[in-house]
Amino acid sequence: MAVADNHVDREKPKVRLLNDPKFRAMIFQGLLLALIAWVVWGMVSNAAHNLQKAGIASGFGFLKQSTGFGLNFSPFVDYTEISSYFTVYLVGLQNTLILAVIGVFFATVIGFVVGVSRLSSNWVIAKMAYVYVEVMRNIPLLLQIFIWYKGVLATLPGKRHSLDWGVFGQLNAAGLFAPKPVYAAGAMSVMWAVLAAVVITWAINRWATKRQMETGQRFPVFWTGLGLMLFLPVLAYFMFNQPISLEYPVQGNFGPKGGMQIIPEFIALILALSIYTAAFIAEIVRAGILAVNKGQTEASYALGLGPGQTLRLNVIPQALRVIIPPLTSQYLNLTKNSSLAVAIAYPDLTAVFAGTALNQVGQAIEILLMTMLTYLGISLITSMFMNWYNARSSLIER
Amino acid sequence: MAKSKNNVGYVRSEMAATLAPPASEVGIVGWMRKNLFSSIPNTIMTLIGIFLLYIIVPGTLSWTIFDAVWSGSDRGACTTIAQGGVLPDGWSAACWPYVGAYFKLFIYGRYPDAELWRVNLTLIMFFVGLVPLAMPSMPYKRENMIFMLGIFPVAAFILMSGGNLDLNGFLLPESIIAPSGLKFWLDYFILSGIIAGLIGLYMRATETDPKPAMIVAAIAMAILGVVLFLMGFDFGLEPVETSLWGGFVMTLVIAVTGIVASLPLGILLALGRRSEMPAVSLFSVIFIEFWRGVPLITVLFMSSVMLPLFLPDGVSFDKLLRALIGVALFSAAYMAEVVRGGMQAIPKGQYEGAMAVGLNYWQSTRMIILPQALKIVIPGIVNTFIGLFKDTTLVSIIGLLDFLGMITLSHSDSNWATPVQALTSYVFCAFVFWIFCFSMARYSLFMEHRLDTGHR
Repeated sequence: MAVADNHVDREKPKVRLLNDPKFRAMIFQGLLLALIAWVVWGMVSNAAHNLQKAGIASGFGFLKQSTGFGLNFSPFVDYTEISSYFTVYLVGLQNTLILAVIGVFFATVIGFVVGVSRLSSNWVIAKMAYVYVEVMRNIPLLLQIFIWYKGVLATLPGKRHSLDWGVFGQLNAAGLFAPKPVYAAGAMSVMWAVLAAVVITWAINRWATKRQMETGQRFPVFWTGLGLMLFLPVLAYFMFNQPISLEYPVQGNFGPKGGMQIIPEFIALILALSIYTAAFIAEIVRAGILAVNKGQTEASYALGLGPGQTLRLNVIPQALRVIIPPLTSQYLNLTKNSSLAVAIAYPDLTAVFAGTALNQVGQAIEILLMTMLTYLGISLITSMFMNWYNARSSLIER
Repeated sequence: MAKSKNNVGYVRSEMAATLAPPASEVGIVGWMRKNLFSSIPNTIMTLIGIFLLYIIVPGTLSWTIFDAVWSGSDRGACTTIAQGGVLPDGWSAACWPYVGAYFKLFIYGRYPDAELWRVNLTLIMFFVGLVPLAMPSMPYKRENMIFMLGIFPVAAFILMSGGNLDLNGFLLPESIIAPSGLKFWLDYFILSGIIAGLIGLYMRATETDPKPAMIVAAIAMAILGVVLFLMGFDFGLEPVETSLWGGFVMTLVIAVTGIVASLPLGILLALGRRSEMPAVSLFSVIFIEFWRGVPLITVLFMSSVMLPLFLPDGVSFDKLLRALIGVALFSAAYMAEVVRGGMQAIPKGQYEGAMAVGLNYWQSTRMIILPQALKIVIPGIVNTFIGLFKDTTLVSIIGLLDFLGMITLSHSDSNWATPVQALTSYVFCAFVFWIFCFSMARYSLFMEHRLDTGHR
């Protein structure tokens, strides 16, 4: 009998169901899902009960109501006090994106300059870049925003005694009054000229690459392109009787008149965000350049390329591969950090929608969910784009 | 031989004395030629650099030190004649007596004066436990960890808040026994029995000896019971509500609690993300990516505005605890990614080796994978902590009086209201943060070099 049992066991081992890893995994996942469902159900029923008790409405109907409060900064979206809460959401999103795009631009420029300076053979430059990085990245961003906003910009002279910054306009405690571009009829032709220059340059680049592949002859694409970009718009500008002009602010008795006002909140945020993020970008750039093997530079010198060509054709493309993934996450950090605008009341998404609108409507769950999902969406879209770019530029191995 | 000797014109019999290197190649001059003026562009860069230094350094020094006011009792000491003070017109520099007057508030918040020794004792315990833990050469790491993660949090909680929690029971219906300390311990005893019983049943079902596991469970519940007993025990300390906490101490409380709470959560999430069970890994991925994709300030808004809505009637968390929950969940997601990085860096052979010697999943994770993974991510953990430490300043936006919140509060004091007040306090705050963050960053770098054993 025992022998027979052993025989059967060998054919199909009898395992207790709980000792079967597959079954165990299923049980475990079932328990986890049940736990999540229980927690979510508890939260939802509590929330429903609490909202009813506090007399707060639910749903997204509030988005159509008009707000009744004014905003001091909305360059592109039309906003008045009778606009709806959905318009407020759009204004907030617009202001966040403006901050993010301009901040990313300046952070990248400063970051690359400082990162390259850290590797400079010039002792003074390298040390200054090092001090910049170590100081700026070790001071909290919110504090830096306050320093610029309350410590520096708020102590500027008042509106009546603006500092004259020449071509940049007038600077005072109410912000920078910058020259404002005025578009007359025909202004679009200049834009079309720029577009045409870009398209032609792209076509020339294609043709030149093809010709170089076939005959080995090179064509100065860069200089041609630069010439086109300058020449075509200028040509259009004069052909259509100078349709774009700058309106300079003039100092009056009660402050500068004309021009466009850039509010101090915006200036403080851009300064703090770009200076802080640039310190991190500088370290990424430095690491990226150091990651390129020295043999690569030597090999390209040996092939007869000059220092500029070596940098442009060999070092930078390879360094970019290392730089781009962490650079993306810095861009995302900057975008998320732009929500600190709420601390100094710049009307970004967090301040104006999750702040002012939330206080007026009281529907915390809907508003915060919309705000958080918007940031999440921006993050996911950016990282998808950067993943695509990264896949395109990455090394293709075997 | 003799003839050939005459053919040789001249042979030196000893070595010529080496000439000193040219003055332009060594010493300060040589160094400057090499590092500052090696070419025309380099010289221009040096001049630009020196010009920038000339703009920045003297101004900063005179603002913070030479022109600054160092003593005084009110705003009169730090204002110009036109503003109603004693200083010459056009003066603008730091006003340090204001920081001195507010120093205690900046550090301790509004914690009662008579109880400050409790905060100081907590801080001393913290640093006494932390320093040997951070030094790789110190022995007794295990005991040190037990102190820092087990004894210190309990002691800190009792010291800072005064302990003496109300424990009223949670399990039995109130119709059987009225809420009291006795009911709590009865409930706790019953709960322990249920847990040990369930573990025993599970072990039975999987044909394992249930005894060891049940003993472990009983010991764990007993230790937890001791902790709860201590927290509920009346040591005779004056209770101090968290609304009185503040200043730099609160910054430390939030940052340290956040990192300590996020470590176990982060490890679980990292394990979950690498799990082969689809539901577990999907849940972990969604959790991690959600918290990493949103700004911390919206998380804090959520925990201060939305969280109370999710709680049942009668349950309410105080402001600090709500912020702590938000911070812990947020940093857990970042911690999970750091720990996952460490797990990925461990060679596959380690996993296979652990399986080959017959360890199950939890055993191999606990004894083989985590010790190695956590060790290599120490720099990453420190960097996460630096980030969290800087981000704690955000709690001032939701109305907690941390270091930065206290500073903002002090600006409303008309006794010290001057045009330089804001900048003075911010410079002080920046200096304190900088010291802490910079030294932690250096420590992280030191550990990185130590752990980098050169396998490349």
